[in-house]
Amino acid sequence: MTLNIEDLQQIARIEKSKKDGFQHRINVCLAAGCLSCGSGLIKEALEKEVTRRGLDSWCKITGVGCLGLCAEGPLLSLPTSGSYYQGVQVSDVPEILDSLNGSPVARLVCPAETPFFQRQVRIVTENCGRIDPERIEEYIAEDGYAGLYQALTQMTPQEIIDQVSGSGLRGRGGAGYPTGLKWMSMAKAMGSTKFIICNGDEGDPGAFMDRSVLESDPHRVIEGMVIAGYATGANQGFIYVRAEYPLAVKRLRLALSQAERMGMIGNNIFNTSFHFNLQVRLGAGAFVCGEETALIASIEGRMGRPRPRPPFPVEFGLWDHPTMINNVETLANIAPIIRRGSQWFAGIGTEKSKGTKVFALAGKVVNTGLIEIPMGTSLRDIVFAIGGGIPQGGRFKAVQTGGPSGGCIPEQFLDMPVDYDSLAQVGSIMGSGGMIVMDASSCMVDVARFFMEFCMSESCGKCVPCRVGTRQIYDILGKITASRATMAEFTMLEDLCDLIKNTSLCGLGQSAPNPVLTTLKYFRDEYLAHIHDRQCLAGACKKAEEVL
Amino acid sequence: MKQHPPKKVRSDLNPSRLLTFKIDDRDVTAHEDETILSVARQNNIIIPTLCHLDGLSERGACRLCIVEVRGSTKLLPACVTFPRQDMEIITNSKRVINYRKKILELLFTERNHVCSVCVANGHCELQNLAVELGVDHVRYPYLYPRHDVDASHSRFCIDHNRCVLCLRCVRVCDEIEGAHTWDIMGRGMTSKVITDLNQPWGTSETCTGCGKCVQVCPTGALTEKGKSVAEMSKRRQFLPYLQMMRGRQGGSWQK
Amino acid sequence: MLAEGINPNATALPATSPAQDHRLRMVNRTMQLYRNEPHGLIETLHTVQESFGYLEEPILRYVAAALQVPLSRVYAVATFYHSFTLRPPGEHTCVICRGTACYIGGSGQILDRIKEKVGIATGETTADGKVSLLEARCLGSCGLAPAGVFDGEVTGKLSPEKVLEKIGRWQHHDPEH
Repeated sequence: MTLNIEDLQQIARIEKSKKDGFQHRINVCLAAGCLSCGSGLIKEALEKEVTRRGLDSWCKITGVGCLGLCAEGPLLSLPTSGSYYQGVQVSDVPEILDSLNGSPVARLVCPAETPFFQRQVRIVTENCGRIDPERIEEYIAEDGYAGLYQALTQMTPQEIIDQVSGSGLRGRGGAGYPTGLKWMSMAKAMGSTKFIICNGDEGDPGAFMDRSVLESDPHRVIEGMVIAGYATGANQGFIYVRAEYPLAVKRLRLALSQAERMGMIGNNIFNTSFHFNLQVRLGAGAFVCGEETALIASIEGRMGRPRPRPPFPVEFGLWDHPTMINNVETLANIAPIIRRGSQWFAGIGTEKSKGTKVFALAGKVVNTGLIEIPMGTSLRDIVFAIGGGIPQGGRFKAVQTGGPSGGCIPEQFLDMPVDYDSLAQVGSIMGSGGMIVMDASSCMVDVARFFMEFCMSESCGKCVPCRVGTRQIYDILGKITASRATMAEFTMLEDLCDLIKNTSLCGLGQSAPNPVLTTLKYFRDEYLAHIHDRQCLAGACKKAEEVL
Repeated sequence: MKQHPPKKVRSDLNPSRLLTFKIDDRDVTAHEDETILSVARQNNIIIPTLCHLDGLSERGACRLCIVEVRGSTKLLPACVTFPRQDMEIITNSKRVINYRKKILELLFTERNHVCSVCVANGHCELQNLAVELGVDHVRYPYLYPRHDVDASHSRFCIDHNRCVLCLRCVRVCDEIEGAHTWDIMGRGMTSKVITDLNQPWGTSETCTGCGKCVQVCPTGALTEKGKSVAEMSKRRQFLPYLQMMRGRQGGSWQK
Repeated sequence: MLAEGINPNATALPATSPAQDHRLRMVNRTMQLYRNEPHGLIETLHTVQESFGYLEEPILRYVAAALQVPLSRVYAVATFYHSFTLRPPGEHTCVICRGTACYIGGSGQILDRIKEKVGIATGETTADGKVSLLEARCLGSCGLAPAGVFDGEVTGKLSPEKVLEKIGRWQHHDPEH
């Protein structure tokens, strides 16, 4: 089946009129967070109750993707009245239906006028929580695949690359490499066989943006990949997803089969000569597979060990063919850029970091969940306005960004705008978007030790500095937290960090010391207190003799 | 067996193009597809290596061959880096030598390298590197892991306590012998070279007993049985020859 | 494409029961999906683990022969990735998330208490074979930290007491659970 624009519009029209036919709609969040609080049962109960009351043509229950405020789940949203319900139980179902025509159930209402909802700017997550991720028609009704149609039928590959370059979009996976530039290299790469890979191996502990996007709006990523394929001359794509995200994998596979059925992937897409095939590949629990060359090795069915670069994947990638790897969030930005133009996108954010960024806000903060904000929003706004501050009147201590490759940012930088360059300046990175807030009860040495344990056990073991160095650092940090370290070991710690940073083979090894280096820089007194005074300033660590 | 992994062919490097550049302030010339390491060796400039071995594929993993390039703070492994015109490479700066020493020391702490009782004493590349680099003590604490010795093979023996995970054995078995009996299990500090399904070497059904792995091993990890302390010298002159012979297209013999 | 009979390990699969046949069919289907090419190895191991619960040695030999991958490479891949296990799991599995948010939220204490009260550390199974304890790097349920997975069901906002109660019920064979 091959669609043209009329077909697309027709599908959208039918879908919209279907939606408008209902007096009331209730969206139930079915993303992993709310599902684990029982939102599946609530949806079932709502449907049963609606049928029992004979209201099937009056009220529509839809399962949707992430509504954002994961901490207060299960969440419902009522798009007709604009209100949200939080912490809903099955027993609340009749009351919710009773109240549809009157005022909302006061004890369940989740205030929507708060900064958490008001301050967000949604591009990547514009459909999250609004559409049923398991139905392609709903995505089409929200202008889905219109960008692809426009790209394939009205634009040349060069024009698309110009739009992406002009938008100022930078890779959302970590280092912030300009996406347009990457696409341009890929378009120029020699070879008739080229591959596009979507990196959904979200390995950073504390990050779940990619999971939410894939669970809530999988078609957006697929559309971005097909556009990328057309722009760069690739005809085969792989989406590499962590096996730890079964729901995302399931929805992605479903979305792929729907897109294939409708002809958005396959041969002669939208009656053009362009063809593109897409496959899902599962990760198997290795953080290092987020690194480009390791990811490629993993898709080839081998151990995910990075190899030295150059040659870069764009010249020698998957099975030695030119390969471009983009992050999930990067690809999710593509369709809106094509639809609305690069100028619109470039108007959001700061001078060097355009657009928005999705963050997974977690840790010691009131509103944990998924947020999307314009680049350049200050950390203070994120933690205190949107995040609602520290629970139980706790005192803010630091915020950790970028996972094991990032760093801990102390209070003095709270007013810093969040963009690639500012974060790099204070020794951290944007990373994929995990943001963990810590209060006074967290010992920063212990946090550094946690990340070093992570890097040590996730080290692939190929190069010596990372394999043995991370272990040595971990041992020293263990001694410091147990108040058994000497100043000589403290000096050795800094020395080892320098060694690993400068001599490791891949980016993961080179950035592994970052959590230690930033805490050494901003929380040196905590290290010294453990060594000189044998005490933990946060009161979190146990002394060696207490452990024994 | 299928080609696994496929051979890397660097079509971006043109072997007929020549370039000139500097190593340690000496002018040198090279083909575009020669690595910094091989050009340095041709000019008798010594860069220490461990995982590199002439005749095997490069791995770039031990990081001992790192060199500096003037004008850049980044350190590059000489075994996998190709020179560019007018590059100025420094192989013996204080910074580089310090890093090499530390990396070597880390290797010594990782497993149990006790030279005085080792059959490869005096013929060990790890030991020689320590002498060359002047590593007379190790600043980091030894980790003293517990590792096994597998003497189940009729002629050879593997002592994991001496292994530095250079994977020469894995490469020679795959690339030259073509058996791929060896591989590396686990990751990070728990990595270990294994035969077949991590079974005793003597029970391996794929091992041809050719002993190439033993000859290429830089330390006393892989040894011949019946050798006493300091008796295990190794010969690996056959490697570049075998690589050339195995790389021939079929039919080049005049029968 | 398949060089049948060349690989000496091709016949290594033991006689199977009908139930095993079904599981083998699943494995074969995955391998065919990748046209028995070596790059299907990781996906195949996922299927083996799903249908057999863990990666048993005879199946590893079978997969190696079918995909024409060296035995040592199959073992290397199976042990490099943390999703795979070579030991049979217990009747029930309890996964505790050790992501950053969960760590800050106290997942370390939960693991400590399990070790103290139940006597198993990560990767271990209780002596009665009832419960296996595993760790996850991050479940992506950071909003519900600390989180865990009990027999495939994600549960958030855990406390040591809640987890111990759940494990206790599994161990004392409550037919309801």
